Amino acid sequence: MAGEKAGELPEGGMILEAGSSRKYLTGDWRSKRPVCDESKCTNCLLCWIYCPDNSVIVKDGKRVGFKLTHCKGCGICANQCPVKCIKMVEEGV
Amino acid sequence: MERVAMNGDQAIALAWKQINPDVVAAYPITPQTIIVEAFSEYVADGLVDTEYVCAESEHSAMSMCIGASAAGARTATATASAGLAFMWEMLYIASGMRLPIIMAVANRALSGPINIHCDHSDAMGARDSGWIQIFGENVQEAYDNAIMAFRIAEHMDIRLPTMTCLDGFIITHSLERFEPILDDEVKKFVGEFRYKRSLLDVKNPTTFGPFDWTDYYFEHKYQQVDAMRHVIPIVKQVQEEYAKISGRKYDIIEPYRMEDADYAVIAMGSTAGTLKEIVDELRSEGKKVGSIKLRLFRPFPSKELADILEGLKGVGVMDRAISMGATGPLFPEVRSALYERKERPNVKNYIYGLGGRDIRPEEIKHVYKQLIYDEGETVNFLGVRI
Repeated sequence: MAGEKAGELPEGGMILEAGSSRKYLTGDWRSKRPVCDESKCTNCLLCWIYCPDNSVIVKDGKRVGFKLTHCKGCGICANQCPVKCIKMVEEGV
Repeated sequence: MERVAMNGDQAIALAWKQINPDVVAAYPITPQTIIVEAFSEYVADGLVDTEYVCAESEHSAMSMCIGASAAGARTATATASAGLAFMWEMLYIASGMRLPIIMAVANRALSGPINIHCDHSDAMGARDSGWIQIFGENVQEAYDNAIMAFRIAEHMDIRLPTMTCLDGFIITHSLERFEPILDDEVKKFVGEFRYKRSLLDVKNPTTFGPFDWTDYYFEHKYQQVDAMRHVIPIVKQVQEEYAKISGRKYDIIEPYRMEDADYAVIAMGSTAGTLKEIVDELRSEGKKVGSIKLRLFRPFPSKELADILEGLKGVGVMDRAISMGATGPLFPEVRSALYERKERPNVKNYIYGLGGRDIRPEEIKHVYKQLIYDEGETVNFLGVRI
């Protein structure tokens, strides 16, 4: 939750800077989190292609993790994974 | 300046011509049509350099005004009745985005059954939309309010859209003599339009009207509440400045012969003029009566009104609209304003004039009689066949 008071915010909901969506952590409202069984992953990167939040981290052509600050837990990665190595688990469990 | 004869709509078009707004986007609707007709002629004749857009509907007209105002243009529009109702969604967006758009509202009844004549249902429907609402009594006030509204809305401590209301047909279509002020004086009075941020400012890119979730929405609504708190002193200040150039001194509430009055009737719009006639007549008969014209409805001047009404014996509140299943919309505001006062008058509500039904002098005398003799119900209906 943001902490600014009414008097500290630009009026009328204006956003005065570009690229501010990075600050908007869509991961805050996730209820399920993706977990990958690394032994099964073939690095086909379909999860990376389909992720609507750019939350699959890829380095040197390999999937290395999830950016949970912006993953909203939609489960598209798990659904698209051809080898079913991604599971959605309850957040907080 | 010399007196001229115009109807209320033409007077507003004249005020806008003198102001020369950057953008006017509107859809013609009775009884507002003459405003945009007359103004579009000024545009066609090259007397103003306003970008005039004839929209396909009122919803679009207000949407265009929102875009124009966000871009940094001084923007005006006009509407009435169903047109205002059709703008409803956009009214909240205009005020929520803090855009100082000016709108003339030619007060007209809302369907159904369909009716084109005057009542205040349209403005009352927009009551909670975050717009400042000013009501005028006659053509002179329609003109003066149209000019002052720009100064009020555009004040840097306010930045809220403002509607200037005038009674449909009664003021919009009645020819009256009135006194405009000179073009140069109007220009000097309203000054140059200033914006806080402009959509067209590429050096300072700004997002207008983004999604506002639970973490910010309440704070932005509170900002509007806070801006409304600045309105009353600024309206008073603008009215004082306007008095210096026009010789006409307005106030947010205008009491008439209230110095020693025991009974008062409150009205907004043209009926406030009729009230004065009746007050004079009853005063000549020795009755201690007065009347009150309410010019500013939003924000509602509760304290100022209670200061005038406290200690009276009876107050009649004239409502040219009704909230179905409740009372007239003005009545609870007046009663609530008095709640914390020690000497509360007896307050009665009078619903009148719906759909353009005439309000007659005898009916207003009847209101004073009921107040004096403590007759009638809490909510009363004038001139309807029951």
